[in-house]
Amino acid sequence: MLTDEERALILAVQDGLPVVREPYRAVAERLGTTEERVRDLLRALLARGVIKRLGAVPNHIALGFTANGMAVWDVPDDRVSEVGRRVGGFPEVSHCYRRPRRPPDWPYNLFAMVHGRSRPEVLAAVERIAAEAGIADLPHTVLFSRRQFRKRGTRLHAPGLE
Amino acid sequence: MLSELDKNDRLLLNRIQSGFPVTPRPFLDVGRELGMTEDDVIARVRRLLETGVVNRLGPVLSPTAVGGERTLAAMSVPPERLEEVAALVNSFEAVSHNYEREHHYNLWFVLSAEEPGEVERALAAIERETGIAVMNLPALEEYFLGVRFQLPTG
Repeated sequence: MLTDEERALILAVQDGLPVVREPYRAVAERLGTTEERVRDLLRALLARGVIKRLGAVPNHIALGFTANGMAVWDVPDDRVSEVGRRVGGFPEVSHCYRRPRRPPDWPYNLFAMVHGRSRPEVLAAVERIAAEAGIADLPHTVLFSRRQFRKRGTRLHAPGLE
Repeated sequence: MLSELDKNDRLLLNRIQSGFPVTPRPFLDVGRELGMTEDDVIARVRRLLETGVVNRLGPVLSPTAVGGERTLAAMSVPPERLEEVAALVNSFEAVSHNYEREHHYNLWFVLSAEEPGEVERALAAIERETGIAVMNLPALEEYFLGVRFQLPTG
């Protein structure tokens, strides 16, 4: 899925681009390639969805976005892909996946992590997202987090360091 | 903190959470859009990083596209055992996220590993060591673009 060249680039930038006038040139110099090559590879990784987005990753807590709820719906299988793409596009949503149902205990197949400054704000966002995605009438619930025992971002592991 | 951000900081943050330009002079291009100089944009981004408002300026990676195995798991843990079970879950290197949530299923955690079989072995070990069933919910499709926080700019 990733070429050696792509892996090397991701390893070089995943902790952050250098904040200098020509950041892609600085990365290219470190990798021994050209600035154009670095930018071409980044564009291709963005187009393929390996990189979801490129930009500032804010600290949720520092910006006051302290509440998060995992919203889950039971969406008919023939609609879930289309609905999922719409739900996943909202700015309040950090992650959105289709996952298996586990009946009878767990009837939900669409999962979205929704962020806000408060629980009422999260609930309001969930209602708005559901209305705009056309799933307001489907079974759903919101699971709020109470305690965080661990949190780490998605990282690519350097080969040989596992 | 949020209250220490001036209007230009907020405009900048709202602009660069996605679509950071993949151009030779990205800070210059962002500055042109927002009416700031390149050096001012660079200084502001550095300050946002130093003060911890921004964790990093870089890519948000797709968990599925970077390879390896990954899943979301949930357990229904008696409240009096929650801390003990959460600590046991955290003892596995594959566990990247672990939250208490307000539900009958009250412990939710993400596992990811490069080595084939490591996630499954961790899930089996957690079940065996706690005597509590683990509900395994691997992703079947991924839809998200990543969270962007819009700040009021007054």
